[in-house]
Amino acid sequence: MDGFEPKIIGFCCNWCAYAGADLAGIGRIQYPPNLRMIRVMCSGTIEPVYVLEAFQKGADGVFIGGCHPGDCHYQAGNYKTMRKVILMKRLLSQLGISPKRLRLEWVSAAEGQRFAQVVTDFIAEVKELGPNPLNQEVAQHG
Amino acid sequence: MDKKIKLAIGLGATCAGCDIAILDLNEKILDLASLADIVFWPTAMDFKLSELEKIEKNEIDISLYHGTVRTSEHEHIVHLLRERSKVIIAFGSCSCFGGIPGLCNLTSKEEIFETAYKETPSTVNPEFITPKTKVSQDGHDLTLPELYNDGRALSQIADVDYYLPGCPPAVELIERLIPIISNFLETGELPPKGTVIASDKTLCDECPLTKENKMVSRIFRPHEIIPDPKRCLLEQGILCMGPATRGGCGSRCINVGMPCRGCMGPTAEVRDQGAKMVSAIASILGAENEKDLSEDDVEKLMDQIKDPVGTFYRFSLPVALVNKRIKEGS
Repeated sequence: MDGFEPKIIGFCCNWCAYAGADLAGIGRIQYPPNLRMIRVMCSGTIEPVYVLEAFQKGADGVFIGGCHPGDCHYQAGNYKTMRKVILMKRLLSQLGISPKRLRLEWVSAAEGQRFAQVVTDFIAEVKELGPNPLNQEVAQHG
Repeated sequence: MDKKIKLAIGLGATCAGCDIAILDLNEKILDLASLADIVFWPTAMDFKLSELEKIEKNEIDISLYHGTVRTSEHEHIVHLLRERSKVIIAFGSCSCFGGIPGLCNLTSKEEIFETAYKETPSTVNPEFITPKTKVSQDGHDLTLPELYNDGRALSQIADVDYYLPGCPPAVELIERLIPIISNFLETGELPPKGTVIASDKTLCDECPLTKENKMVSRIFRPHEIIPDPKRCLLEQGILCMGPATRGGCGSRCINVGMPCRGCMGPTAEVRDQGAKMVSAIASILGAENEKDLSEDDVEKLMDQIKDPVGTFYRFSLPVALVNKRIKEGS
């Protein structure tokens, strides 16, 4: 779609993905500005309801960034995130929302380049998918 | 008692189990009869919609409405009741959250007609005749209510004063209406608006079974396992909605060895029952050896949950954050 700039909500954990994003910033690595990032202490704190609410309010994609498996600052939060995201994707696809709109990536604090890369890829993928189908209703009902 | 309130019981898309639940009050129904004159209850007595239409504004003291709002007629009944009643109570899960008929939101009216009037093997309908709201034949006009595309909870149509959830509501919860009514008769006072006549805690909090390690390694469907009757069903691998469901039902299903299906809806703090359940299940399923599980292993674990939306939103899809199936690219 021409001129479609997706709105992406990103939840990034304080210890890895957010620090990785910081590093991308410090290193002045360029990536598209579609990501609105929210810092959380651990990706494991991201409740499925946050993801649903993001979509319901019109986000075109939801990005979740956490520590690599084994690296969670709280030992095992990211394993729970992985299971939640896999189940959420199934729920979303039953509700008719493409599971590709939800993306989980592991980014360490040292991976600024990787952060920029996965975010760029995700934004391109969501652009391909087009606007969130719920968005039309958001526009109608405010 | 000579003074009585006027009580109406209206219905939408319902199995009438809620009516049976009221009758299940047994001898307590006499207490109800001594407090209330029933002015409308089509399931139990011969009432016509035209009689409800004749009732004056605010003339009914308390109305109970059960069933999902699924057709134009249901919506009409809701508006009639709302206009004529001082208090309206969403009675039962369909009315409170959309209930099982609310799962219609996963399909569309066209698809339902397609299946029911065309695709089923026993249907012969070459012209694909489907229900119309109005048909004229030989100078007669025949009408039917319009089937809506979505099922809705009562609160999505009208202002609701109280909620009494359950599928059907537990008799001990219905009994709580009796002191509310008698207090209203004596003092004119009512509980605060929005009160849910049930417990404020989750079912897990009230559950009589023993929880041991709060971990699940595989999911069993109820027919695949004979559970230990004393131990938490979820820990034994049976999907139980207890962690995300309001209590107050008296653990009826648990007491007979069946898992909670979530009919009491979410607790007051929870916005979306299904999402809460996803969170609960994902946290405990495979938790024991979570560090050894690859993404593929987790996919296989989740494969055991056959119908996530139908299981986690069995009674509450119409009031969920994303409350119907959307179509990508439309």
